[in-house]
This record gives sequence, C-alpha cells and structure tokens, in this order.
Amino acid sequence: MKSDILKIANKKFKSRLIVGTGKYKNMLECSKAIKISGAEIVTVAVRRVNISDRSKPLLMDYIDPKKIMYLPNTAGCFTSKDALRTLRLAREIGGWKIVKLEVLGDKKNLFPDMIETLKSTEVLTREGFKVLVYCNDDPLMCKRLENAGASAIMPLAAPIGSGLGIQNKTNIKILRNQTKVPLIIDAGIGQASDAVQAMEMGCDAVLINTAIAKAKDPAMMAEAMKFAVRSGRKSFLSGRMKTNFIGSASTTKKGLI
Amino acid sequence: MNKKNKIKIVVNGRVLTVNLKFSLKNLLIKLKTPIDKVAIELNQEIVNKKKLSKIFLKNKDKIEIVHFIGGG
Repeated sequence: MKSDILKIANKKFKSRLIVGTGKYKNMLECSKAIKISGAEIVTVAVRRVNISDRSKPLLMDYIDPKKIMYLPNTAGCFTSKDALRTLRLAREIGGWKIVKLEVLGDKKNLFPDMIETLKSTEVLTREGFKVLVYCNDDPLMCKRLENAGASAIMPLAAPIGSGLGIQNKTNIKILRNQTKVPLIIDAGIGQASDAVQAMEMGCDAVLINTAIAKAKDPAMMAEAMKFAVRSGRKSFLSGRMKTNFIGSASTTKKGLI
Repeated sequence: MNKKNKIKIVVNGRVLTVNLKFSLKNLLIKLKTPIDKVAIELNQEIVNKKKLSKIFLKNKDKIEIVHFIGGG
C-alpha cells in the first residue's frame, strides 16, 4: 500500500490521531499516554505563568515541542477578541502558525459560538495563521469556515468531554462529502469504537483528550485509540463489501458429501 | 528606601513594587521566567522579546506573562 499521509496546512503527518494534553493526573501520565498514542500533534492551552510558585512542572519539560507539534488552542475563550488575543500570544511563544480555534458560546454544553468562530477565522487567516476550527456539525457553517480559509474543519461528535460518540452521523457523512480540507472529528469521542467509526466514515483524523485522560488506564486507552484510528482508516481505504439483506454462504457447495 | 524611586506594576494580576528604570528584561530575570518559553503582553500589547531590555516599566503598567499548559 502506498504511504497514507495526512496533510494539514502543507505539513505532513503519519499519525491521524491528535491528542489533547489536559485533564491528566499529572504530567508524567500525560507524557506516557502521548508517547504510546503515537500522536505527532498535541493540543496545548495558553495560560498565565504562576509567578509565585515556580516549582510546578512545565509542559515543555515533559513534551518536547521539537519532537511533537504543539497545536495551541483557545480553550475557555467565549469571544472572538479573547481567542485572537490568545492565539497571537501563542504565536509569540514559539512562532506557531498552525492553531486550533475554539470560541465557545454555551457554558453548560460547551457548544461553539459559530458567528464568533467564523469572524475569528477570517481575521486569523488574514494574519497568516493556519486555523484548524472547532465547530458544530452544521454543513452550512462548515462550508462558510472552509470558504473563509480554514485549514481544517473540526466538527464535534458530541459535547466536549461527554464521551457520547458520534451523535449525528448523517451530518458527518454530508460534511465528509463536501469538505475539501482535512475533516477532523473533535470532541465527544468516548471509546475506541467511536474513533473507528469516525475513520470508517472517511474523516481524516480524530482529536481525543478526555477519553484517554479519564480512562482508568490512560496509557492503555491511548494505545487502543492508536490502533482504532489505524484500523478505521484501513477499513475505510480498503473499500468495504456491499451490504446484503440475504445470507450468502462463505463456503462453496461443490464437493459437499 | 526612598518611595519616590519605586513604582507599582501588575504582573499576572498581582501587584509588585519595583525600582524606577526597571526593564521588562529585569522583571523576567527577577521572576526567573524562561524567556524562550513565554509570551509577554504590556498593557494588552504583545512585546517583541528581542526588545525586552529596552522597554522600561512605568507606574501602573499591566504585564501578562503566559506559557503553554495542558489542554484539549
């Protein structure tokens, strides 16, 4: 089989699993899970440095940004203004141009505010950012994001951290058919079979945080997700059999005694 | 010490008292902040990290120093 490369904003990746770095018990658990997952991209958040207690471990000491690409996000931002400020700061930390935009509008369910998200995508694209956009699974809004220059469309499968799996398969299928940039399922994956499903539907990648971080054994779940994404991808690429509503024996009748 | 030679600044929401003619570079050194791992805002404007030693702090300046932490 020829190599199956994921291309996001002209960067090439072998792994189609993107992993979040939040919610782990500690940095060691986080770095172990990421290593086993084989992810080449991890999402990170921008926050104030603790100026009174510098004994706390730094993310960069555990996950080397030279080996794994940091994808700065705008977690916790509820306005376009906050999201833009956060990503401009992220770029300043290390020159990152590929970023994940997430502008929330609903404190309870963490659904994105699509109007603010679209506005931010337009501004960031003009400023030279390559924007991977967390969004609703609404095909019209996703098309608008793509037209505004989004480098990837990242619809939710279900609310962030819910672990409910893909709720609206029809919309994800429609999105698969219409989306020219990478389509990445973000949020709502709960177990390996959800990741398989996303990949079998032809999604280009999945982004997983809570399902790994909140498993009893995060490292084992990280490995399960790695295999799930590979398995689902191969299943998609192999071109599955046609479904039938009658049985079809696997063994020939010829030579039957 | 003469109070006239001191200014008050706000760093990440905390009030700090520093000397007059204190540069941003002095501040980061004082806070033992690894410059290559952070971004700095002075009164909501991003600071070019190459110019830290040339920027002198004024009374009531608001500074934000941020870095990457774990997130989804």
